[in-house]
Amino acid sequence: MTSPLEQKKIRIAGPSVVTANRTWDGAVIYRTAARNWSADLTDAAIVRNSDDAKALLAESVADDLGAVGAYIAPVQVDDDGTIAPGNLREQIRRTGVTIGLPVQV
Amino acid sequence: MYAYDEIDRTLVNERVSEFRDQVKRRLSGELTEDEFKILRLQNGVYLQLHAYMFRVAIPYGTLSSDQLRRLAHIARRYDRGYGHFTTRQNIQFNWIKLAELPDALADLAEVGIHAMQTSGNNMRNVTSDQWAGVAPGEIEDPRIWSELLRQHTTLHPEFSFLPRKFKIAITASDHDRAAIKIHDIGLRLVKNEKGETGFEVLVGGGLGRTPFIAKTIKHFVHGRDILSYVEAILRVYNQYGRRDNIYKARIKILVHELGIEKFSREVEEEWQHIRNSSLQIDDAVIEDIRSRFSYPAYEKLPHMPDELRQAAADPAFEAWRKNSVAPHKVQGYSIVTISLKPVGGPPGDATAEQMDALADLADKYSFGEIRVGHEQNLALPHVAKRDLPALWRALDKLGLATPNVNLISDIIACPGLDYCSLANARSIPIAQELTRRFANHELANLIGRLHINISGCINACGHHHVGHIGILGVEKNGEEVYQITIGGRADENAALGNLIGPGVKFEEVADVIEDVVEAYLALRERPEELFIDTVKRLGVEPFKERVYATR
Ligand code: HEM
Ligand code: SF4
Repeated sequence: MTSPLEQKKIRIAGPSVVTANRTWDGAVIYRTAARNWSADLTDAAIVRNSDDAKALLAESVADDLGAVGAYIAPVQVDDDGTIAPGNLREQIRRTGVTIGLPVQV
Repeated sequence: MYAYDEIDRTLVNERVSEFRDQVKRRLSGELTEDEFKILRLQNGVYLQLHAYMFRVAIPYGTLSSDQLRRLAHIARRYDRGYGHFTTRQNIQFNWIKLAELPDALADLAEVGIHAMQTSGNNMRNVTSDQWAGVAPGEIEDPRIWSELLRQHTTLHPEFSFLPRKFKIAITASDHDRAAIKIHDIGLRLVKNEKGETGFEVLVGGGLGRTPFIAKTIKHFVHGRDILSYVEAILRVYNQYGRRDNIYKARIKILVHELGIEKFSREVEEEWQHIRNSSLQIDDAVIEDIRSRFSYPAYEKLPHMPDELRQAAADPAFEAWRKNSVAPHKVQGYSIVTISLKPVGGPPGDATAEQMDALADLADKYSFGEIRVGHEQNLALPHVAKRDLPALWRALDKLGLATPNVNLISDIIACPGLDYCSLANARSIPIAQELTRRFANHELANLIGRLHINISGCINACGHHHVGHIGILGVEKNGEEVYQITIGGRADENAALGNLIGPGVKFEEVADVIEDVVEAYLALRERPEELFIDTVKRLGVEPFKERVYATR
């Protein structure tokens, strides 16, 4: 398999983060500026140009043990710095299913 | 029920320890994800949006009560208290942790359940009629042959690295409940003039990006030759299948490109080489499998017991009985379908509590046996008619007596964007809204048989192409948009639906479906004319006109 880096040219249209799933349990995680992962989007490193995005993805993919399937995802950043997912898919990954679960936990 | 032999048990257990070791090596960094992925897929482990997803096979849809209890245990112990029954007689758990998967597999292995070949480019779970062995008028129990194929193809080296996944379904009744025409190979048990049992063989069905209805490749293959014939098909596929292009790799594309005549000539030629080989099935082998299926010791019971006569005074019971209870091949017994489509619920989900309670009810009323159908409902296959009222009361308490089987709210839906990483749009909330709109049983009964199928992307896991009404979620400029088709069907007269107009937004889908249904009610010739027949008679146009006139 080719790595995501070779698969396509990386071009981002706006502020972006790198997200993946944690290897041992599959939970949604985001790459932080401290070269680590966090389950909280607000900890994510935000990149604003393609070179930075490429670099962040490269270091994320290199952590094959910590995370699975890293990719670049769009975010919206407000004037006050609040980060929100950039599309519905990422919104659902962040806040969970949009339906009531059959069993409340 | 089918009793596994020692070979099966050993194989399943070996697989668990093998996978335990693989997970350990993955978590220690010894295996990369690239190396591990194919191994996890061989054990039914996908990665979804929020977590890993674990797909467990329910061969030919037959479960014992102990097995169902164990599925409940998996849901409770390793997941979030529920499971999702799929259109291919599997169950999926959505929140499983990789680190705990080997334990989950080991727990399942104790009751003879596994996840082998529930994903990957191999022979998938061989599915069958959920009424197998109890449906009146069937040629013979199709599970005997499903089991034969299961044994032959499980871990078979030649079938473990096919160009793409491969799905077989078997039916033995005139009415096809196994959707054989949308499978790579569909098998219909038939008898020839001499009264011998064999198969009509269909090939090349499939949905996804390029949907095809399967075509008959041979009208009669003798039972003893079925393995060699299936193997001949697979060899031709293995030889010519498009490994270079994932979108063209399914056998349906090959059958379409070669044409059914050329394809069948190739198969015939291959078959002549191997039909008299060791693949020819001994009667003793079939007898052995047959003997491993146990059937209940049915009692001699009246056709119309007093309990049933008395309960008929209760309209709620009668509504359920008329909807969810079907004739059994043995007098005095019934097949009871358990709707997993409560109003406002996600189609096909069952909680651990429901599974446990259902297992108890199966012990009490159905000789400990449960079935899983491709419509994402369950069934109790051997219920004495005198027990129907008591069973109904118990099911009702569990929220499992919604009398909507085969009606408009009995929706088939894939997980869609709420769970699935391949999705473009959500499926479940659309289904939920539709069940609310059509929650009134009188209205649903007035509409009659109507199947709605929803998929969250073109992969078509929700069989949208063959829904009487099909709903396909796509993405357009970052928004969920839904394309609606009508006129599809998945039974013996399988057909693909046709688009009725431009895609509609998430919020509008339920309104549009209501308009489609209103159009049908206005257009049907008489109340008995089913939606699907009205569409067949009139085509798409009159529906399109009515539904889109005001949009
Ligand atoms: C993580 C969840 C799932 C993933 C990643 C997934 C993936 C896929 C893909 C890629 C295809 C297209 C295959 C092809 O055309 O070659 C497909 C088809 C299909 N899947 Fe799924 N699926 C998922 C869940 C389900 C569920 C929940 C069901 C049942 C409700 C299901 C049943 C099917 C069926 C019946 C087909 C179409 C029939 C065919 O093979 O042509 N899948 N799936
Ligand atoms: S149809 Fe698409 S969205 Fe639905 S489960 Fe299949 S792959 Fe996922």
